[in-house]
Amino acid sequence: MAGLHRTNGGGRVDRTKRLSFTFDGKAYEGFAGDKLASALLANGVHLVGRSYKYHRPRGILSAGAEEPNALVTVDRGRGRTAPNLRATQVELYDGLVAESQNRWPSLAYDFGAVNSLFSPLLAAGFYYKTFMGPRLLGSNWAWHKIYEPLIRRAAGLGKAPSLPDPDRYANRFAHCDVLVIGAGPAGLAAALAAAEAGARVILCDEQAELGGSLLSEWSVEIDGVPASSWVDEAVRTLAASSRVTLLPRTQAFGYFAQNFVALAERLTDHLGNPDPAAPRERLWQVRAKEVVLATGAIERPIVFPDNDRPGIMLADAARTYVNRYGVRPGLRAVVIAACDSGYAAALDLHRAGTAVAMVIDPRANGDSGLAGSVRAAGIEVQIGATVTATRGSQRVSAVQIGRAGTEGRASTGEWVPCDHVVMAGGWTPSVHLFSQSRGKLAWSDDAQAFLPSAIAPGQAQRSAGACRGVFGVAAALDDGFAAGRAAVGREPLGRTFKVTHDITDFRGIAGSHGAGARGSKAFVDFQHDVTVRDLKLAAQEGFRAIEHVKRYTTTGMATDQGKTSNINALAIVADHLGKPIPEVGLTTFRQPYTPVTFGTIAGASRGDLFDPVRRTPCDAWAQAQGAMFEDVGAWKRAHYFPQAGEDMHTAVARECRTVRSAVGMFDASTLGKIEVVGPDAAEFLERLYINSFQKLGVGRCRYGVLLNEAGFIIDDGVIGRIAADRFHVTTTTGGAARVLHMMEDYAQTEFPDLKVWLTSTTEQWAVIAVQGPRARDVLAPLVDGVDIGATDFPHMSVKAGRICGVDARIFRVSFTGELGFEINVPADFGADVWEAVWREVQKHGGCAYGTESMHVLRAEKGFIIVGQETDGTVTPDDVGLGWATGKGKRDFVGMRSLSRPDMVRSGRKQLVGLLTADPKRVLEEGSQVVEGLRPPAGTPALGHVTSAYWSEALGRSIALALVADGRTRIGTRLNVPMPDGDVAVDVVTPVFLDPKGERLNG
Amino acid sequence: MADQIARRRSVLDGWALPSRAGLASLTNAGTAARFVYRGAPELVGDAFGVSLPTVPLRAHAQSGRAALWLGPDEWLLLSAEADGSTLAVALSSALNGKPAALVDISHRQVGLIVSGSSVEALLNAGCSLDLDMTTFPVGMCTRTLLAKAEIVLWRTAGDTFRIEVARSFAPYIVALLDEAMHGIA
Amino acid sequence: MLLITCPYCCTARPESEFRYSGEAHIARPLEPATVSDDDWAAFLYMRTNPKGLHAERWRHIHGCGRFFNALRNTVTDQILKTYPAGTPRPGLGAPAEGGR
Ligand SMILES: [Zn+2]
Repeated sequence: MAGLHRTNGGGRVDRTKRLSFTFDGKAYEGFAGDKLASALLANGVHLVGRSYKYHRPRGILSAGAEEPNALVTVDRGRGRTAPNLRATQVELYDGLVAESQNRWPSLAYDFGAVNSLFSPLLAAGFYYKTFMGPRLLGSNWAWHKIYEPLIRRAAGLGKAPSLPDPDRYANRFAHCDVLVIGAGPAGLAAALAAAEAGARVILCDEQAELGGSLLSEWSVEIDGVPASSWVDEAVRTLAASSRVTLLPRTQAFGYFAQNFVALAERLTDHLGNPDPAAPRERLWQVRAKEVVLATGAIERPIVFPDNDRPGIMLADAARTYVNRYGVRPGLRAVVIAACDSGYAAALDLHRAGTAVAMVIDPRANGDSGLAGSVRAAGIEVQIGATVTATRGSQRVSAVQIGRAGTEGRASTGEWVPCDHVVMAGGWTPSVHLFSQSRGKLAWSDDAQAFLPSAIAPGQAQRSAGACRGVFGVAAALDDGFAAGRAAVGREPLGRTFKVTHDITDFRGIAGSHGAGARGSKAFVDFQHDVTVRDLKLAAQEGFRAIEHVKRYTTTGMATDQGKTSNINALAIVADHLGKPIPEVGLTTFRQPYTPVTFGTIAGASRGDLFDPVRRTPCDAWAQAQGAMFEDVGAWKRAHYFPQAGEDMHTAVARECRTVRSAVGMFDASTLGKIEVVGPDAAEFLERLYINSFQKLGVGRCRYGVLLNEAGFIIDDGVIGRIAADRFHVTTTTGGAARVLHMMEDYAQTEFPDLKVWLTSTTEQWAVIAVQGPRARDVLAPLVDGVDIGATDFPHMSVKAGRICGVDARIFRVSFTGELGFEINVPADFGADVWEAVWREVQKHGGCAYGTESMHVLRAEKGFIIVGQETDGTVTPDDVGLGWATGKGKRDFVGMRSLSRPDMVRSGRKQLVGLLTADPKRVLEEGSQVVEGLRPPAGTPALGHVTSAYWSEALGRSIALALVADGRTRIGTRLNVPMPDGDVAVDVVTPVFLDPKGERLNG
Repeated sequence: MADQIARRRSVLDGWALPSRAGLASLTNAGTAARFVYRGAPELVGDAFGVSLPTVPLRAHAQSGRAALWLGPDEWLLLSAEADGSTLAVALSSALNGKPAALVDISHRQVGLIVSGSSVEALLNAGCSLDLDMTTFPVGMCTRTLLAKAEIVLWRTAGDTFRIEVARSFAPYIVALLDEAMHGIA
Repeated sequence: MLLITCPYCCTARPESEFRYSGEAHIARPLEPATVSDDDWAAFLYMRTNPKGLHAERWRHIHGCGRFFNALRNTVTDQILKTYPAGTPRPGLGAPAEGGR
């Protein structure tokens, strides 16, 4: 491996394990423990991407999650392409394949870079103005054909994979006493303190290794050992406790009410050859009694002209690459230090063999405690200076030094050659999660930062360390330890850590250090290419609040959510407006902290597990018969049973014919069933349904209609009285849960005086409907101990008996208009009983029929289907069910509403039958019914078609419809306007077949 | 007369129930007799042989019978299948004329046994409750959700839970736990 | 996801186990037939919809099955108290506000 950019030793990479990888097709080598970014830097690669708008060459700015520039696509094979990964977080493995993004045809020669030539066109508000007023750019034609496609091609980050995601994603709900977010010095100390007290602790950190900033320290010693060793020991201690869960590679990305925190754990992305069955990521949904936020701080770039050239990097990142990864990002560096981390970086780089040309401190009275050490190392320190220009096409080659003047302007001066610029603009506490938890932030003049102030009600949390402005290793350790103790209810003070070589000044500067000469750009938001000039333009154009400036310029709106740019942007706008920063405001921090894959959020909820699929006990038989199924709620119901060569129409016609002429069987198991039991069961049903139940004899059934309190039909079904105090209530398939919920509501809260209890029995029973003139012949050989003769077992009755040797409830009911039975057997017997009935049905030339035939057969009889003939605005009278209302009832749910003025007015829509003038024409359900021919647009409809079928029994089409004053229109002709012309229909009563009911009483 | 006798077929018949060696396994609890009892607990008297717990979220189990508190007036009574008809007679006669409800739901749901050293992690793939022994001890039971299905969850031993789930949701629960097996370690 | 303390299970459970059921303390008239059209319409449709404290009905539908009432602050979405159905709306005692 090329040794030029690797230090001679040290760091936490394993130099014995070489890994090969490719970037944009070129092969490189790195070490185990490297990130893609450190491995690229070790190979001298700085140019890793092109910027979003101007396609400027960009390098690696940071060493962490805040990285705005180094976004790459990692290709792990079919469907496993992950775009927009931060190279600073991608762990190196052998065989890793990474590609740069947002460039064409190649990173070095990007065609889109011509955007830079048009940059005046792309200034602040370009997108805003363009999208809000496309006519600015010419006609709509030009917009749709030219500008939008161009913009869409040029914009966007990475490409989404087009193949289905082949990976598996896990989910885990977890609870703990203390959730510590961030495993830097504060977080580790907090976890140690909480674990010492025996608490259940979860400690998570986004990095592969716990330790946070301590992993980047070289000279710091804690309690007499190097920081790095102290981390190892702390992690060993924590790992030894069974009450502690350590979650490296785990980003806390969302903080919700009542200490509910979402974490995304990366499980296999760091492995070259992961177990294909193992989950790729895991979503942790943690409910914590206490949360300790130890999320640290993020270093700010310094805003100077052309500050975006590859090779220009944050000081903290430079220290991390040198100290942790053993990588020298450059050979000759210039350091711009507005706080201690810049000076520390100069010392670290110098020690690692990088020539440090100069340290520039832009503060007029810059005075670091480390300046002396830097000078002692022979490095020139210039106070009150800044960078006024940079050079270099694909890598910085020189910077121009000037004196910092008033108002951020700088006079120009000497050019210093370098291949690496390190900037330490000061540190911004990471308050993202605190803010997500709805905590209030307050500006601290002292820290020059927004810091956690009031915790939101319902959250139990504390912040510790740099994220609340407590900087330096010693202070963070002490603060974290105290927070950990407080989180488990112990007195906060506990321990003072002895730390050497600590640095303490992190405040820095914010804002601009000059926009530079014409043609140069001082970038604030690197990912969205927002410059100082853009922000000033927004302020000039009248934007005063930062939320408006943000939307106008798109600053802070990229995938990094402005982690490195927000405070600089705020300072620049505040400066321009002449207001203090807190008056300009702060933008909202939103979940997720870093992008989260869709897979992690979906978890197991996809494919067959997306939703439960409910199947009946008779389902396997229907599948074996080749039935076609339809979804009814979560249920799969047999829709029709096509025989060889049959389409749906012919199958349904045959099924209907067979039921009317011989016999058919139908799986009605999905019907909702509720056992209503208790001495007041009849009174309860009396109060709920419109019908009377008090006088219903044991063994008899009644068709029940259920309204809501507003008087509208919400469910129906047959109700059988099994005993004086026991009813077998059936509901629609879709209404089962809703009706039970409603019944519980009335039983518990409105009628608590009634002694009645409800139990769902939907799944206790398999229900087999046998319908048709031969139905009795089918059942006769199978039943035992029950007389199913017409005299003893009339229509609308129920008996207990045995069928195929098992206890059954047999109903004599009909939803087809034919002689019919519904056999209820305990569900586990359903499959066998079904097959036994099937054998008998076959002997009588019968068939199995599905839900489509069921719909046709009931429509021929004018039986409604709740949800098809009703839509939540339909009363019993509207659909001709007024007869079902119990005589002399004083009250039932919805009764009072039925006499409200709107319910008794004329003009209500009523259920009627429609017969098309052309008997072959089947209407479309949902089509509108009108009076005249060719109604002009806007003509109000009289109503609509609710059901329409081909009726085999009548040899013509039939339809049901809700039509205004429908019953008075019987005998008249109306029209159904369709795209191919009006369809004339005759209004008739909604019962098409056997209006006297002779068939079903047979 | 009926010459064909129907056999009982569980919805779990033919399912290979998942397990992960040393971590967790799923087994069929087998057929059972089940009743929902609703009403005042004292009306049952000694008819069930096991007292009905009145402390919320607790189950009493003894000699193959168990009474699970599901709500302040609702208990799930479990017993061996063979025991079912005698038990039904005994309970019905004890409750005869009393204001209470007894409903046979033997076939409404199925029982699954989940056990192993990682049983909590496995269930927590879809169950959002805290299953730590301190908060969900042996003998605790509750109706709750496992992902998108309602279940009754009952801890019968330190590393063992019984799930009762409605018949048509059982395949979903089995498939979900099968999937979740991949996510435990 | 909110945690809601069920007054029957005496434990806090995730919101997903519960179902919201509208404003509390709206009793169904005992003799609906005697209620005027306007009063009946008010019973059916008029709700207070307050900004702040709201007494509302919830059901522990995937738990013990019981309906109960809760006092929720519609501004902060905090549930400050839960109490059994049929009992009067309580005042807010001492330890309602704040974290824990
Ligand atoms: Zn409850």
